[in-house]
Amino acid sequence: MAGAVPLTLTVNGVETARMVAPRTTLADFLRTDLELTATHVGCEMGACGACLVLLDGVPVHSCLVFAVQAQGQRVETVEGLVASGALAPLQQAFHERNALQCGFCTPGMLVNAHALITKGTVPDREEIRDAISGNYCRCTGYEAIVDAIEAAARKLNGEGAE
Amino acid sequence: MNAPFDRPLGAAPHLQPGVHVGRPLPRPNAKRLVAGRGNYVTDMKLPRMLHAAFVRSPFAHARILRIDVEAARAAPGVALVATGEDLAKLCTPWVGTLDHFKGMKSEPQLPLPLDRVTWSGQAVVAVVAESRAAAEDACELVEIEFEDLPILADLDTALAPDAPRLVEGFADNLCFRSSLESGAVDDLFASAAHVVEADLAFGRHTGVTLEPRALIADYDASVHALTVHHGTQTPFQFQDLYSRHYGIPEGRVRVAAPDVGGSFGVKLHVYHEDMAVIGLSMLARRPVKYVADRLEAFVSDIHARDHRVKAKAAVGADGRILAMAVEDETAIGPFSTYPRTSAVEGNQVIRLIGAPYRLEAYRADLKVVFQNKTQTSQYRAVGHPIACAVTEHLMEKAAAATGLDPFEVRARNLIPDDAYPCQSLTGYKFEQLSHEACLAKLKTLMDYDRLRAEQAELRARGIHRGIGIAAFVEITNPTPAFYGIGGARISAQDGAVIQITPSGEVRCLISVTEQGQGTEAIIGQIVADYLGVSRDIVRVITGDTEVTPHGGATWACRGAGIGGETALQAARKLKANVLNVAAAILQAQPDDLDLVDAEVVDRAGGTARLSLAEVARIAYFRSDTLPPGTDAQLTVAHHFAPSGYPFAFTNGIHGCHVEVDTETGLVKILKHFVVEDCGRIINPLLVEEQVRGGVVQGLGAAFFEECRYDDAGQLVNGSLADYLVPMSCEMPDIVIAHMETPTRDTELGAKGCGEAGTAASSAAALNAVNDALAPLNAELTQIPMTPARILKALGAY
Repeated sequence: MAGAVPLTLTVNGVETARMVAPRTTLADFLRTDLELTATHVGCEMGACGACLVLLDGVPVHSCLVFAVQAQGQRVETVEGLVASGALAPLQQAFHERNALQCGFCTPGMLVNAHALITKGTVPDREEIRDAISGNYCRCTGYEAIVDAIEAAARKLNGEGAE
Repeated sequence: MNAPFDRPLGAAPHLQPGVHVGRPLPRPNAKRLVAGRGNYVTDMKLPRMLHAAFVRSPFAHARILRIDVEAARAAPGVALVATGEDLAKLCTPWVGTLDHFKGMKSEPQLPLPLDRVTWSGQAVVAVVAESRAAAEDACELVEIEFEDLPILADLDTALAPDAPRLVEGFADNLCFRSSLESGAVDDLFASAAHVVEADLAFGRHTGVTLEPRALIADYDASVHALTVHHGTQTPFQFQDLYSRHYGIPEGRVRVAAPDVGGSFGVKLHVYHEDMAVIGLSMLARRPVKYVADRLEAFVSDIHARDHRVKAKAAVGADGRILAMAVEDETAIGPFSTYPRTSAVEGNQVIRLIGAPYRLEAYRADLKVVFQNKTQTSQYRAVGHPIACAVTEHLMEKAAAATGLDPFEVRARNLIPDDAYPCQSLTGYKFEQLSHEACLAKLKTLMDYDRLRAEQAELRARGIHRGIGIAAFVEITNPTPAFYGIGGARISAQDGAVIQITPSGEVRCLISVTEQGQGTEAIIGQIVADYLGVSRDIVRVITGDTEVTPHGGATWACRGAGIGGETALQAARKLKANVLNVAAAILQAQPDDLDLVDAEVVDRAGGTARLSLAEVARIAYFRSDTLPPGTDAQLTVAHHFAPSGYPFAFTNGIHGCHVEVDTETGLVKILKHFVVEDCGRIINPLLVEEQVRGGVVQGLGAAFFEECRYDDAGQLVNGSLADYLVPMSCEMPDIVIAHMETPTRDTELGAKGCGEAGTAASSAAALNAVNDALAPLNAELTQIPMTPARILKALGAY
C-alpha cells in the first residue's frame, strides 16, 4: 500500500494495528478494513448521522474523521456496544415500538441515543428530538424513535414504564 | 394517542393462532437491524471484486467531440475503462414509453452516451479499479472535449414554438400529451355562481434514500450467467431487463436484494450506471460493485413532481363544486424513464384531481415536457400530492367565495359513503370509500372547534396560526390493466411457495419484497393465521429471483393487498394438504379436522389429535406408513393476480396545524392529523409508522425539499447540507386514526397504506399556511413554502 502509515487504536475493546492510507476516513477504515459494517455511510459530509461511532466515549461522525486521527484512541461501534449489552434497552425499545423501517439510519441513531440516555437523566421529548436532530431517518416519522428513546431512558434510569 | 405506552405492543409471549392479523406485533427482522446485523449491498464484498466510478458531464447539454482515456487506463489499480461505444457492443438500447400512452415518445438510451450528453451529472465514462478510491483517481485523468448545445432549463423555454428540439427529429419537446373531457364543462362555468382559480407550482423533489443506490454485478463467463446483488424493490423486473438487454437467458440471471436502505420508488427504475455495471462485469469477468455517493445520487436518482398547474372550479351558490378544468405542465428531464416511464405521474395528476368529490364535469390537459435536467419518474404517492393540493386549494377558495367553513364545504361535496360503487369522471372505478366518515372523525380528532376558537384568540395577540385540511384518494394494487397492457414486463401478480419443513416449521418464499415497511412481518402474520400455526415458527424469505416465485414485488402499496392475499390463498391451500395427510394417518375425514397452533385437532371439540411436526415427520421420512395413494404434498406454490376492480382505492383526510412567524417566514408545524382507511389492517403498529413516515416526506415537500437548478441546468443544491430533509426537531407529533373498509375483491381485504401519508400532507400544510396568512391578504401558491417565499407573499420584500 503506497504511502500507507501505521495506525494503532482500540476498537470495541480490542487493540488493533493496521497500515492505512492517510486519506482513509474512520468510517471507511471500520467498514472496509475491519468489516464492521454496522457503521453506515449516508452522506459523507456529517449531515445524516448514519456513521456515528463513539470516539473516546463521544459520538462523532466517522465520515469526517480520518482513521489516522483516531491514533491511540478508543472507538466503539454498534457491534461493540451490542456485544457488551450497552445497547440492550434501546434495542428492545426500538424493536417493540418499531422505531425503524429500513434500518440504515438505526446504528447511528442508537449511538446518539445511547450517549443521550446514559447522561443519567431522563430527557423529555423535545430534548430527544433536539438530540437526534442530526440523524436523518427517511422512513419513519421520527415519532416512534422518540417514543423508543424515551422508553429506554426511563428504563435505564429506573423509572417505570409510565 | 401518541404516547408510547398506551397500547399493547405484542407483549403476550405465546400468541394464540388466529390472532396475528390485526395485532400490533413488532417485526421479527427488525431485531437484526437493531443489532447492527443488517446486510445491505453497500456492506457486501465478493472475492476479486472491483469497484466502478464514473466520469460525469459538467454540462446540461453538449456534444461529445473527443474522449481520451489512455492516461486513466494506465493509472494504478485500474482494471478497465469503458466508454459508451464499449458498452453499446454488449447492451441493446431501451426506450421509456408505454404502448397505451398514445403518441408518447422518447429517445433510445444506452448505459453510457455515444455522442451527446443531455443533463449535468450524466455518466460518460466508466472506470473500474481495485478500489473505489483508485477508480476515482483515474477518473480525474480522463479527458473529454465537449461542445455546448442549447439548454432547455425551464418549461417556457421548452414549450416555445421555436424552441430548439431536445431530440433531433422530434416535432416538439413534448414526451406525452393527454386530455380528458367529461360533462358540460363550459356550460357549468358559464352559469356558476362563482369561478375560483388557482395557479400552483410544485418543486422538484427526490427520494434521498439513506442508503444510496448500490449493486454488485457478478458475471460468470464459464456458464454465461449473471448474479446481481442489487438494492432494489423489484428483483424480477431487473432479472428480465438484464436478461433481455445483455442477451443472457432469463434462467441464468439471478437478482438478489438483501436489506435495502430505503426505496420510495427510487429503486425500481433503470439507471444508466446500474446497466453499465452489468456490462463492466462482463468486460472485466470479475464482480464489479457500484455505490452512488450522495452527490451522484442527487444528480442521477430520479427526481419527481416539478409541476405547474393552472386550475379553476365552477362553484354553485351553495358551495357545490360543479366542474373543474385544469392544465398540468410537468418537466421530466431529457427522456422518459425506463421501463415505467415519466408520464405516469402527470397522468395520475389529471385523473386524481377532484377524486374525492362529486363533480358534474371535468376537463384536463397534460403536457409532459422534456428538459435538460435529471430524469423524473415515479416516487412515493405518484401524482397524488399534486392532484390533492390542486383540488384542496380550490376547495378552500370555494369555501372563501361562499363563506363556508372548510369542513362544511367538503361535507357538501364529498362522494357520500352510501353512493358506492361509482366511477369518477376520469374513469376510475371506486368500490367503496369512506370520505364522510373520515371527515367527521378528523373533526373530532383535531378538536376543530377548539382550534378555531384558539386561533381567533391568538390572532388578536398577533400570533398567526392556521388550520388546513385535505382529503385524498389513493391508487393501490394495479391489475395487469396498467403496465401489462402498456407492454412493460412488470408483473401484477405475485407468487408464494409455502412449505412445512421436516421439523414441522413453516417456510414461506414470496415475491413481494422488504425495504423496511414490514412485508416479512405481515406475510408471516397472515400465513400463521390462515395456516393455523404460531407466527414464531414461520420464516418468510423474500427478494431473490433464484429462490422466490416470480412476482411484481413491492410498489404502489401492493405488498399487503396483493402479496398478502397471495400468502393467504397459499396458506389455505397448504392447510388443506396438511389436513388431507393428517386424515389419512388418523383414518378421519379432512373436513372433520382443523389445524390450530400447529396441532391437528378435531374441528368439533378441538381435541388434539396429531402435531404438525408428526405429520411432517411421517410425510418426509416414513411415507411407507401412509395409505397407498396418499398425496403428501407439504409444499404448495400459488400465484394470485387481482382481477376485480382495475385498482383498489384507499382514502383518508389530513389536518395540519401550523404557526407562521410573519417576521421570519418560519413555520412551526404544531401537529398533524391523519384519518386513513387502508382497508383491513394487518398490523397497526406498522401501518401507523408507515403513514407517519409518509406524512414527513409530504411535509418535507411542503416546507424544505427542492432540487434547485440555475439557468444553465446545473443542480445547485446536490448535497444533504443544501437539500433539506425533515429532521426530528422540525417534525410534529402525528396523530393517526383509522377507518377500515376492506375491499371485497380479496378475502384478506387489505388495500395498502404506503402513500396515504404523502398523498395529502403537503396539501394540508399549504392550506394551513394560507389559513394562517388569510387575514394578512397573503397567499402561498408554491411548494416548498420556504421562509423567503412566505416573506415574499407577505410583501416583506
